[in-house]
Amino acid sequence: MKYADEFRDKELATGLARAIRAKADPSRAYRFMEFCGGHTHAIARYGLEDMLPDNVRMIHGPGCPVCVLPAGRIDMAIALAERPDIILCVYGDLMRVPGSRGSSLLKAKARGADIRMVYSTLDAIALAEQNPSREVVFFAIGFETTTPPTAVMIRAAEKKSLTNFSVFCNHVLTPPAMRAILDSDTPIEIDGFVGPAHVSTVIGTEPYAPFARDDRKPVVIAGFEPLDMMQAILMLIEQVNDGRHEVENQYRRAVAGGGNQRAIKEVAALFELRDQFEWRGLGSIPASALKLRSALAHLDAELRFAMAERVVADNPACECPAILRGLKKPVDCKLFGTACTPETPVGSCMVSSEGACAAHWTYGRFRDHQRRLAS
Amino acid sequence: MSMHQRRLDLKTGCVDLSHGAGGRAMAQLIAGLFHEAFGNEWLARGNDQSAFDVATGRMVMTTDGYVVSPLFFPGGNIGSLAVHGTVNDIAMAGARPLYLSASFIIEEGFRFSDLKRIADSMGEAAREAGVAIITGDTKVVERGKADGVFISTAGVGVLPDGLDLSADKARPGDRVLLSGSLGDHGVAIMSKRQNLTFDTEIVSDSAALHGLVAAMVAAGGQGLRLMRDPTRGGLAATMNEIAQQSNLGFRLQEDAIPVKPAVAAACELLGLDPLHVANEGKLVAVVAPEQADTVLAAMKAHPLGRDAAQIGEAVADDHRFVQMATSFGGGRIVDWLSGEQLPRIC
Repeated sequence: MKYADEFRDKELATGLARAIRAKADPSRAYRFMEFCGGHTHAIARYGLEDMLPDNVRMIHGPGCPVCVLPAGRIDMAIALAERPDIILCVYGDLMRVPGSRGSSLLKAKARGADIRMVYSTLDAIALAEQNPSREVVFFAIGFETTTPPTAVMIRAAEKKSLTNFSVFCNHVLTPPAMRAILDSDTPIEIDGFVGPAHVSTVIGTEPYAPFARDDRKPVVIAGFEPLDMMQAILMLIEQVNDGRHEVENQYRRAVAGGGNQRAIKEVAALFELRDQFEWRGLGSIPASALKLRSALAHLDAELRFAMAERVVADNPACECPAILRGLKKPVDCKLFGTACTPETPVGSCMVSSEGACAAHWTYGRFRDHQRRLAS
Repeated sequence: MSMHQRRLDLKTGCVDLSHGAGGRAMAQLIAGLFHEAFGNEWLARGNDQSAFDVATGRMVMTTDGYVVSPLFFPGGNIGSLAVHGTVNDIAMAGARPLYLSASFIIEEGFRFSDLKRIADSMGEAAREAGVAIITGDTKVVERGKADGVFISTAGVGVLPDGLDLSADKARPGDRVLLSGSLGDHGVAIMSKRQNLTFDTEIVSDSAALHGLVAAMVAAGGQGLRLMRDPTRGGLAATMNEIAQQSNLGFRLQEDAIPVKPAVAAACELLGLDPLHVANEGKLVAVVAPEQADTVLAAMKAHPLGRDAAQIGEAVADDHRFVQMATSFGGGRIVDWLSGEQLPRIC
């Protein structure tokens, strides 16, 4: 497959693995967090862990939007979808995200709620046009990458003067989540970040500067292909070895320093910051999410349908908060693989295959048994 | 007893509730459309059942339901799929399929022309496969109570003497053979789904596999442990099922698993793993190591096994992990599909 296989080449990977082994100082540990779920998935699916020396460890971050969406927001969406006048449009990976008490959109759909899986924001617009007597609500979710498509949809709805369309906005921001991890009360054990791929195509490299400058953490923005990851890890090791802490861009083929200015401006025109937003596994983070600007209140489902905010506490036995900060591994959680599996996720890290626990369960759990045998 | 009756309007007519009511309209639909398409001596006798001679030795029986959406897709339709799927379930035992039944649940308003296309391709698929559809049933439900047409089938076949294939028979060291490329059926269906239409050259691999199976049995019968067709849940589900039933693990080589570039590209776009995507004309065989090369050669010599490959082997493993060496050079588990990838794929 052209333009993909080139970044999955085994020989190049072997060469990079050799370089990483040569550069990694055996007398110290390297702990890098890949923020994005896309990176977590690539690590697991291509078996990158097997190609890294033991003292280079990847910590899987919270950058999977369905994983960090709290149960309360799912409960709000279910309550809305149960109204007979509502058609709720969602991306497919939201269907199984757990709400409170074992609920999910999938189960609500089975009980009769009109919930439609869409592949594009414009499918939701088409549904609103086809169903003028129903209220069509789009469940908007995602980091900076998926906010511009929501903006396109809002513009389309305005242009068509749709009166039966609105957005349940759950867009979140990457830099505040990285800040929350670095500022957490418990000391974190992270020596550097693999920076987001797609998010950075929108926001550029500048928003990561404070992490390098103030927190003295190297950041290397990397693409989602496995060779991108390997190269970024090598670049992070070199920064650590040199005592540098800079923002470097491995993903130059897609990320420009200033990002995508048109997308940034459009998002700024339509959205504004929320004071606080709840993240599953990370708690409430200030200025970490977006809502529609007040001029667009008629398109904001939360206002239009007076949706009451719901807060549901995370399961106290769930170790996601510690896993997301690099303090624990999935196997350290007593729910992992017992009460919490991809079929019945409890914590954020098990919700989608981009979460740390689900990726480890789905692709990597054989290593736990290998380690047990080896010891 | 011939009574004047207006002919079925196969061009513009459609099924109404009377076609399932047991009256003259139903008799006309059965005679004018289904018998015509399936044409054989058993149906011609017009009974509620058909009698046939019983073979000596062991027989196999299977049943299956078809609810695929859309009904027509690149490379086939629900009718040909129903025949191939049923034949393959029989063939995976190493058996020779003989007779099928077909039961239709039709939604009021379904066009005769579409029903005829479906029945005709069922008849054609059955003739090609050398099996006969010897009994059937027709029901009509109100509009909205079904989605066009659903088909239920049953099939019987006869086993060669001494052959007893079963998914609990794999042993460590056995080789895993795959008859061809993965994911064609699932991607072909997906390319025609509402909301998702995309252009692709991929057609469903829907095909009857009993000819290929017969060649494999002839080549290495005593070394064949089991066969299974990786339909819903894909190769990943099939390998995990076998691992569970045989209480062992597997080591697969990603490099050895054939996936067409167009299928790989579609999966990449849609975020799917080709190992989870459904197939309707592929089989997995687990074969004793001594016979693996012979069986593989027999597969490659058959048109439906041209791209056959050895993709891994069985290993002792209490955890029953299906592991895979990735093309990239690492290792990973090939797990069951979690949740639902695509409803109504077959």
